[in-house]
Amino acid sequence: MKRILLVIAVVALYVLHQDIWFWRTAHPLVFGFVPIGLFYQGCFSIAASLLMWLLVKQAWPAHLESEVEELKSEEDAKP
Amino acid sequence: MIPAIFVFLYLAAVLYIGVFAFRKARGKEEAEDYFLASRSLGPFVFLFSLFGTNMTAFAILGSSGHAFTNGIVTFGLMASSSGLVIPLTIFFIGTRVWALGKKHGFMTPVQMFRDRWECTHIGTVIFVVQAVLLVPYIIIGIMGGGTTLNVISGGLVPYWFGGAIVALVVMGYVFFGGMRGTAWVNTFQTILFLLFGAIAIVVIGAGMGGFKTAANSMLQIPALAPLLTRERISPYYFFSYTFIPLSAIAFPHILIFCLTAEKMKHFKKTVIFYPLCILAIWLPCVFLGVMANRVTDVPQIKAKQEARRVLATQGKTMTPEQRDDLREQSSGDDVIMLLLQRYAPLWLAGLLGAGIMAAVMASDSQILALSTMFTEDIFAFYGGKRRFGETVQVNTGRIFIVLITIFAYAIALRAPETIFELAIQYAFSGFAALSPLLVAAIFWKGSTKWGALASTIWTVLTVVAVALFQHFVPAPAPGPSIVVWAIHGTEVLSRTPGGTAVFGFMPVVPMVLVSTLLMWTVSVVTSKPKPSTIAKYF
Repeated sequence: MKRILLVIAVVALYVLHQDIWFWRTAHPLVFGFVPIGLFYQGCFSIAASLLMWLLVKQAWPAHLESEVEELKSEEDAKP
Repeated sequence: MIPAIFVFLYLAAVLYIGVFAFRKARGKEEAEDYFLASRSLGPFVFLFSLFGTNMTAFAILGSSGHAFTNGIVTFGLMASSSGLVIPLTIFFIGTRVWALGKKHGFMTPVQMFRDRWECTHIGTVIFVVQAVLLVPYIIIGIMGGGTTLNVISGGLVPYWFGGAIVALVVMGYVFFGGMRGTAWVNTFQTILFLLFGAIAIVVIGAGMGGFKTAANSMLQIPALAPLLTRERISPYYFFSYTFIPLSAIAFPHILIFCLTAEKMKHFKKTVIFYPLCILAIWLPCVFLGVMANRVTDVPQIKAKQEARRVLATQGKTMTPEQRDDLREQSSGDDVIMLLLQRYAPLWLAGLLGAGIMAAVMASDSQILALSTMFTEDIFAFYGGKRRFGETVQVNTGRIFIVLITIFAYAIALRAPETIFELAIQYAFSGFAALSPLLVAAIFWKGSTKWGALASTIWTVLTVVAVALFQHFVPAPAPGPSIVVWAIHGTEVLSRTPGGTAVFGFMPVVPMVLVSTLLMWTVSVVTSKPKPSTIAKYF
C-alpha cells in the first residue's frame, strides 16, 4: 500500500508540472513582480524536493547497501 | 580589465585544486583512484560535484538567454522538470549502478552492459555512439570560455587566446587531479554558481530600481507581456521537455560520477537537495533574462530586441539565411553579462564573471569521462591493461585527455559555434533515447544485447534524421510551422521555428518511446544471457 501511494505521489507531481491553468495569465504578480506561472514552477521545485525526501524516508533501497557490505565483509574475511 | 583579473585568479585557483588533488593521490597509480577517486567521495563533495557536473554553460548564460527570448516558460521547460526527473533517475538508477559498481568493479556504463548482456562488439558500438554524442560538449565549453574571457576583458583577451587558456586550465586539473581534482573543482564551481544567482539578482534588481516597475511596465507592452506567461508555447512542447532530463542519467559522465560515492547514503542528500540547487541557480537567471527586456539604456540589448522585432514582422519575406542571421543577432546568451556590466561595480562584476566562467568550464567531467571510457572500454578491454599494466593505463588516460583537448581546441577555432549548439540539442535527445538501455539492464531480467543494439541503432538513425531534416527544411519565421506531412488533416511532421515537431511533440518523445518498444520487442524474441549472469543482477 505504501508503495502504491508513493507511485501515485510521483505520478501526481509529474502531472502537476503541466500547469495549464496558469498558461495565459501573469496575474497575480507574487510579491508584486513574480508572474504566477514562474512562482508556481518555483514552488513545484520545492515540492519535488519534498517528494524526494519522502522517497528517501519511505522507499530507500537499503538492501543494496547491505549486499555491498556483506560482499565486502566476505572479501575481508578471505585469507 | 579588473573583471578579467578576477577570472584569471579563479582559473589559477581551480588549477591549484587539481594539482593539490594530484599531490594527495601521489603514489597511487591505480585506474580506480585516478578515474573514480577510489570510490571515496563524501556526501558534500558528491552532492555539489554531481550537480556541478550536470550544470553546463547553459545553466547561467543559456537559461537567461532563452528566457530573454521566450520568457518565464524557460524555468518550467528546463529547470523544474529536471528538478523532478533527474533526482528520480538518480534515486532509482544511480543507486543501483553504484551498488553494481561496488560489487563487480565497473567503471563505465559500457563495462556494465558488456557484462550484463554478455556482449563485446555491441558494447563497442554503444561506446562509439556515447563518445560521438559527448564530444560537442567539450568543444562548446572551449568556445564558451574563449567568448566569455573576450567579453569580460572588454576585448583585450582575443577569442583564440581565451579558448587556449580555458583549454589548458581544464586539461591541467583533469590531467593531474583525475576524478578527485575534477570533483573538488566542480564543488568549488557549484558554490560559485549558487552565490552567483543570489548576488546577481540583488545587485541588478537594485540597479534597475526594483523589479515591480519593470514587471508592471512589461505587462503594458503587447510585444513583451507574453514573456510573463506561456501563451506562445504549446502545451505539447512543454510536456515533451519532461523527456529531456532522462538524458542526464544516460550521460556517461553522470553515471560514472554515481560510482564515486563512498557510501550509498550519500545519494540521499543529493536527491533531496538537487531540485533546490536547480531552483537557486535557474530561478534568478531566468527572471533576470526576462527582466532584461525592460532595460532601455544598454544599446546591445536594444539591438537584440530590434532584431527580434524585425524577425517577427518581416521574417516571412526573408531568406532562411537572413532569418538565421537575425536569430543570431537577437540571441540573448550574453544578456546576463551585459546586465552585470551595466549594474554591478567592477570588482563585483569580476567575481560574478568568475561564476559565469565556472559554468562555462563544465566540460571537465566530459573530458574525464571520455578518457575513462577510452581506457576502460577500448584500451583495457582489448588487452592493453593486461599487456602493459595499470600504470600505463592511467598514463594512456592522461595522454588521451591531452589529445582530446587539443582536438577540441582546434575544432573550436575553425567551426561556427551554432553547429555545436545544435549538436548538443541532438545529444540531449540522443542520450534520452539511450536511457531505456539502463532501465532494462537493471530492472528487466528478459532484456538482451540485441534489444540494446536495436535501441542504439534507432537512436543514431533518429538523431541523424532530425539533423538532416532541420538542415534541408529551414526554420520558418516566428509563427505557424511548416507542415511537411499530414494525414487527414492531422499534422505528423512539422518544421517549427525552434526545431521539429512529430504529432506536435518534440522528436525526443517518439525517440524515447520507440527506443523502449524496440528494447522490449527485440529482447522478447532473442536469446537471453546465461542464468548465472542474470543472477549477478537480480
